[in-house]
Amino acid sequence: MKTIFKKVISKFVEGLLMMSGTVTTLAVLFIVFYLFKESLGLFNMTPVEDSYSVLVNKNNPVKKLSAQQIKLVFDQEITNWKQLGGNDAEIELFRTEDISNYYSEDEIGKNFEHLAQRINEHIEKHRGIIAFVASEYEMKNAASVPLSVDKITLLELMKGKEWFPTAQPAAQFGVLPLLMGTLLVSLGAILLALPFGIAAAIYLAEIADTRFRNIAKPLIELLAGIPSVVFGFFGLVVIVPMVQQWFNLPVGETALAGSIVLGIMALPTIITVSEDALHNTPRSMKEASLALGANKWQTILRVVIPYSISGITTAVILGIGRAIGETMAVLMVTGNAAVIPHSILQPVRTIPATIAAELGEAPLEDYILKHCSF
Amino acid sequence: MLKGIGVISWEFLTEMPKDGMTSGGIFPAIVGTLLLVLGSMLVAFPIGIMSGICMSEYVKDGFIKRFVTVMTNNLAGIPSIVFGLFGMEFFVNELKWGDSIIAGSFTLGLLAIPIVIRITEESLKSVSKTFREASMALGATKLQTTYKVVLPIAMPNIVTGLILSLSRVSGETAPILFTVAAYFLPKLPNSIFDQVMALPYHLYVISTSGTNIEASRHMAYGTALVLIIIVLMFNLLANWLRKYLSRKVKMN
Repeated sequence: MKTIFKKVISKFVEGLLMMSGTVTTLAVLFIVFYLFKESLGLFNMTPVEDSYSVLVNKNNPVKKLSAQQIKLVFDQEITNWKQLGGNDAEIELFRTEDISNYYSEDEIGKNFEHLAQRINEHIEKHRGIIAFVASEYEMKNAASVPLSVDKITLLELMKGKEWFPTAQPAAQFGVLPLLMGTLLVSLGAILLALPFGIAAAIYLAEIADTRFRNIAKPLIELLAGIPSVVFGFFGLVVIVPMVQQWFNLPVGETALAGSIVLGIMALPTIITVSEDALHNTPRSMKEASLALGANKWQTILRVVIPYSISGITTAVILGIGRAIGETMAVLMVTGNAAVIPHSILQPVRTIPATIAAELGEAPLEDYILKHCSF
Repeated sequence: MLKGIGVISWEFLTEMPKDGMTSGGIFPAIVGTLLLVLGSMLVAFPIGIMSGICMSEYVKDGFIKRFVTVMTNNLAGIPSIVFGLFGMEFFVNELKWGDSIIAGSFTLGLLAIPIVIRITEESLKSVSKTFREASMALGATKLQTTYKVVLPIAMPNIVTGLILSLSRVSGETAPILFTVAAYFLPKLPNSIFDQVMALPYHLYVISTSGTNIEASRHMAYGTALVLIIIVLMFNLLANWLRKYLSRKVKMN
């Protein structure tokens, strides 16, 4: 009886273990697929918001525009339909609120009941018009036809130089500035952290005496545990004003400040991992080198470092990984301007910071960023 | 960070925030952080530890194990903000939990699961094979071997790892940004579907977008210090437990 009971229990526990393993795997798969599915949804969206449409006169030969063209038109950088492949005519801009310039309040109606009609009339009268109105004021079979806007494509996403996901009439999704910002900040962080990190690791592993090493190493490991938001706060109150003073800038919140903060954050990882790698060099190799007459410096440079280079590479990769994915610290110190940076003294915005900053406003768009984060 | 010490007082730790966060204390934020840590613990530990045991003891080497390992490592490498994104879209919107402790706990738990699995797996792997064989030779079943021999030996490392994962969870800001954190909420939560304040988010808000940034600067220093102290306490506790438990195991 007892053995049967035991067997049942053990089968049950084994089943439980297997099940939790399966559940975790499924959960991981689910997360990945969910995010991909949502982000692929982006490519089926048009850049113009659902409840709005862009209307033109029905005699206008131009039936299709890209998001960027629409933006240029409404920014008045393209002023003639010829530039868009249409007739030679001026482009007239029209937004819903402009209607009061053309019609009196009585004509529109007290509760805007005639608004759709009036807009339709207005568009009929003006051949070169392009109107951005709410979809509810768009009339079927009327003189105005909605302009079809190109869907978002992957190429456009990667090439686009402007990031205005909430812009009207057409949102701009170009991740290039965000990508450049991320790369710039991470590169700066690695350039700052790498020399210091490896130097400190070599010092700790080879030169420092054991007592100092025993104190310093746990301290550095503790440094690795400090939350990123604290580093961000530190950057905000110490490094940002410092950068501003050094370079006489109007604002200190620049890519450089972000790089410094991220560099400090990546240091503990780089130091501990590469120190471990250096420390694992077999004693016999060092002794052989010393016995051949090499001095301590030559031994470190020619024997210890080549032997542990793979560990050091791992440290660098881990450091970069932490730097690229870091959100809060960067969000707090880089100034968050989504433009392609020309120097490290300009504000930039990184991909994770964009997700954090815009999640509330732009619901779907940001999913695409996850691809880049991978 | 030394500037924070002057701010810390009994009132600072136990009072509600007042006057648009320029005075008063951070008690709700501390409670919120602890609640979130507790919640994510409940989510991540059972599943994480059991998966770890399953992966290292039961699943045979092969395609499945490699696949799962790659996936968990991948999950561990995803930036924490992406977890926040997923948490907001799935727990908050899809399951309609709203911004709540439970949504935040699940998000943070997901963040911790890969760490927990990896730690459990590594600690179990480091247990020498001879222990297992000796136990098997004495007639113990696989389950008995795992529970009575392998787990106790691996325990110190597992516990340390778990506490370190907690210290990481308690400092994360990005995942709770959209799943649980409240901007200014001077009361304690009543149920798991309430919003709470949390220390990291509190620090982020009062240092970047508070109503009066200069006046709340000292609050920010104080919050940063409290946060660091909590995280350091977790780390020290982990170190101490590792020493204590490993001594105990060796004596047995």
